[in-house]
This record gives sequence, C-alpha cells and structure tokens, in this order.
Amino acid sequence: MTQTASISAPADKSRPAGPGPELTPEQRAKQANRRLHKSEHRWALAFVAPPVVGFLLFTVYPVVFAAYASLTSWNGLGPMTFVGLDNYTRLLSDEYFRTSLWNTFFYMIGIPIGLVLAMLLALALNRKIPGRTALRTIYYVPVISSLAAIAIVWQFAYNGDFGLVNQVLSWFGVQGPDWLANTATVKPALILMAIWKGLGYSMLLYLAAIQSVPSSLLEAAALDGANAFQRFRSITLPMVRPVTFFLIVTNIIAGSQIFTEINIMTPTGGPEFSSASIVWYIVRQAFRYQQMGYATAMSIVLGILVFVITVVQFRLNRRNSFSIE
Amino acid sequence: MSRRNSMGVAAQNRLVNGLVLAVLILGAVVMIAPLLWMFTTAIKTKVEVFALPPVWFPDVPQWDTFTRMWSEAPILSGFRNSIIVAGTVTVVGSITSSLAAFALAKLRLPFKNAIFLGLLSGLMIPFPTIMIPQFVMFAKIGWVDTLLPLIVPLLFGNIIMIFFLRQYLESVPDSIVEAAKIDGASYLQIFRVMILPMIRPAIAAQFILWFMAIWNDYLAPILYLNTESRQTLQVVIANLNVEFATQRDYPLIMGASFVALLPILVVFLIFQRQIIESVALTGTKG
Repeated sequence: MTQTASISAPADKSRPAGPGPELTPEQRAKQANRRLHKSEHRWALAFVAPPVVGFLLFTVYPVVFAAYASLTSWNGLGPMTFVGLDNYTRLLSDEYFRTSLWNTFFYMIGIPIGLVLAMLLALALNRKIPGRTALRTIYYVPVISSLAAIAIVWQFAYNGDFGLVNQVLSWFGVQGPDWLANTATVKPALILMAIWKGLGYSMLLYLAAIQSVPSSLLEAAALDGANAFQRFRSITLPMVRPVTFFLIVTNIIAGSQIFTEINIMTPTGGPEFSSASIVWYIVRQAFRYQQMGYATAMSIVLGILVFVITVVQFRLNRRNSFSIE
Repeated sequence: MSRRNSMGVAAQNRLVNGLVLAVLILGAVVMIAPLLWMFTTAIKTKVEVFALPPVWFPDVPQWDTFTRMWSEAPILSGFRNSIIVAGTVTVVGSITSSLAAFALAKLRLPFKNAIFLGLLSGLMIPFPTIMIPQFVMFAKIGWVDTLLPLIVPLLFGNIIMIFFLRQYLESVPDSIVEAAKIDGASYLQIFRVMILPMIRPAIAAQFILWFMAIWNDYLAPILYLNTESRQTLQVVIANLNVEFATQRDYPLIMGASFVALLPILVVFLIFQRQIIESVALTGTKG
C-alpha cells in the first residue's frame, strides 16, 4: 500500500509521455502509471504463477479430493461408492487405529526430554571451552544423516545379542533385552533414537538464541546478586521462549507424522502392534490393503489433528508472551 | 559469594569448564558411536559381526565390502536416481522460488499478501493427508514407478524457500528496484542483475537444506518406486536391510548405509558454517 504512493512520485516526473495534449499533467501521469502497473502486474503474476499453480494442483486439489474420498468406499482403482461418515465411525471402533494413535502420542514424550537436553547442551557449548566448534559439529552430524540409514544402524544396534546397545550395557553387567521385539521396550527405544537424532538441531537453535541474549542484562543481574540459576530462570529462559515454542510446534507436527524409522526398524508394526504410528497404519491400509477411502479418512483426521495442535499452540503462545511483556 | 572469593573466580570457572568439557566429550562419544560402529561393522567379516565376545575392530579390515556392494546391490542406480531427483528439483525449484519471492517482495500485484498467506497455509497440511490423492493422480497418468511424481510437484517452487528469500529481500530498499524500472530495465533483467546477486547467499543456504531433505526423503519414494533400478538410494538401502539381513550380510548393509549418508556428510562438513548459520536463522526468524 505504501509502495504505491512512493512510486507515483518519481514515475510521473520521468514518464510524462501521455497521448492527448488536452489531458492535465496529473491525468497523464495517472495513465502512464496505470500502463506501467499493468505490465508490472503481468510480470509479477507470471513469477508468482508457478508456486500458485503447484499449490492448487498438488495441495488444494488433493485436500478437496481427500475430503470427498474419505466419505467413500474405494480401492483406488474402481468406482467410489459414497458411504457417508461410515469410514469415520469405523475409525472409532478400530482398535489398530486407536493403538497407532496412542503410540504416536506416546512417542512425543521424547520432545520435552530432547528439549531439556538440548538446552543444557547449548548452555554448556556457550561456555568458553576448547574445541567447542568441533563438539558442535559432532552433535549435529546425526541431524543431517539420512533417517533411513540411521534407522538401519539403530535397528541393528538394538539387536538383543549382537547389538551395540546391549554390548555396551554388558560392560556394566546389565543384560539388555531384545529392544525392538518387546512391547515394553520398543517405544522407549524409538524415542531414544529420535532424541539422539534431533538433539543437535534443537541445541543449535538454542545456542543461537542464547547468544543473542544481551550480556548487559546478565551482567546487571549478576551485580544485583542473582546466581547463575536465577539468571538462567529469569533472563535466558524467557528470552529463548520463541525458540522453545518453535521447536515444540515443529516437533509435534513432525512427530505426528513419524513413519520412516517405524517402517524400517519394525516393518510389521512392532510386537502386538506396539510401535505402529498413524502414518504407518495409513500407508498400510492404503497401499497394502487398498482401503483407500478408509485410509484417506484417517489422513483427514491426522490433518485436522495437526491443524488443531498448531492453532492451540499459537493461542497458548500469544497468552504467554503477553505475560512476559 | 564468600566461597567464590576464597577459591578464586577464575579457578572455579576453570574447574566448571573442565567438568563441562568432560561431560560434553562423553556426550559426543555417544553421538558418534552408532556411526563409528556402522563403519567398523562394514569392514568386519560376517563371522566377526556375530562374534561373542564382540569384536570391536576387525583383525583384517574387509575393505572389499565397499567394492563388492556396487555389483551386489543396486547402489549405483540408487545414487543416479537420487541425484536426478534432488538435482532437478533443487535447481529448477530454486529458480521458480526465487522469482516468486522477488515478485512477492518487490513487485506490485493485487492480492499479493493474500496469495502469500495462501501459499503459507499449505505448510500446515501434512504430506500424509495429500499423498493418497496425489498417488491416484499420478497413477492415472501412468507415472507410478517413475521418478516424475517425486520431481514434478516440487518444480513449482518451495514455499519455505520463498518465505526466507522474501524476508531476505525485505532488507533491500524498494527505491533501487524502482530506479531500475524507471531506467527501463525489464523485470527479468532487474531480477538477474540486481536481485539475484543480492540473495545468492540465501539461495545457496536454502538450496543445500532442500537438497539434503530430498536426498534423505523416504516416504514418497517408497510409495512410487517398485522396480529396483528406478529406486532412490534411501529405498535401496532400506530394501537391502530386509534382503541381506536374511543372509546375515550385515557388513554389506552397514557399508551401503554408510555410503548413502556419506555425500551429505561431506557436503555438511564443507559448508558447515553456512548450513549452521542458515539453520539457526530458520529457527529464530521462523
């Protein structure tokens, strides 16, 4: 809006070439402007068109299609039979769906644990210690590593007899279980791996945030007699709150879609379905059993879930940031 | 206060730093151990992998794992396919994204902000929600078991990249773009001569992050790619994991997985500073 005002001033000086001599300079300027704008609009539209077309074609249309398909009985190839809300009522009584939903939420226990560890790590790496750049790099390596490769290694590392985890535990005289084959240990094992993989990312964001906390604030607090813990609680922690918020939201959104490690490490959904996630179950229903209508209904539920979580988080955050200021 | 004085602040600081360093090194060992173990397993013999007590480092490193895997598993075609997908998408997609970011940040267009917000809203839709309709769409035109469904949708641009480039361009004063317009430069010229050199570092950073994400993608490729020679590297190693586990050929599985993450690891180590900076920016500006 303000840009329009700023252009019209130089434009009518440099482009006074209006067609009719009977026009006032102002009218001529307006006309020239309009012509200029029209060509600008066209180019701008051409530049914006690809993402907009892509968005309509590969996001909006599929969402609308999914919403309809979720109301049908459909194998993906044959005709779609409209069945109303049948798929959704079926979800309510589907034990496997409930279990996979529960598992997916259970995995999110790892999020707060990971964030606390990442914060401690960032505080440690913020100190003037030798080799901290190298340490930062090492902690970040799992983040950039392919999840498929990581899942393969960890699957073997969790092997009861020959896995790295139990071999290390045996040094301390602990006989570890066959991690991925036990209902009690499969989820904690996957959570542990997820924390290991994501730690470097959260650490990096916290480190950047901590370093942007003005040191004058911390020094002033120290002069006032605040100890390190008090300074952390009342200055650093509130200052890095936006990062915490960002990490929680992105982790929950990513966590609700957990699939790769589940599919690779526990290809059958784990003992007694104890590791299956929502997306894993959707993929199975859609591409193994050709229950496309039913699977889309689940995917719509997942989409709504992600949407609600995002909205709730933003609401909560708004309230919180008011209380700081 | 009194304790600190009696001990000396500097001495105490040094003690704390020493302790912190010890903990950090221990943590770093935990972080790197699975990857080192992957590597040492790759150069063990099949027998050593299952030896009890465990063999930590093989007596005779079996380097041939890294040569035999190219003929025993479709790793070469996996590399080729991953490069085709990630390369095409990031090159073309970066061009479309930066042009769109330029228009959204610096050109006049009715409903510009509405368009931008609309595109952003797409970020809230998880891929699993749209993957089934997309799959059916591509199945109808016969693209299943080709790389096209992994490439084509992404050529239209990446909203995350658009978001960051647009933000980057906010710091460029409108007046220089206006001046160029008045001088009669075409919009493509303005983009190429003025905007592109300015946003190049931002494009490079986003390019690398995007390339890594596509290289490491697993869900979309396993939905579409059935034929071995058409699979991307991540699907290839995931299938090896199933196939060769029955033959107990863990050296090969670990070797192939190691090779699969090596390119990205090397890129990361080379462009470490830029990557870390742009990731930190993502979190604080996002």
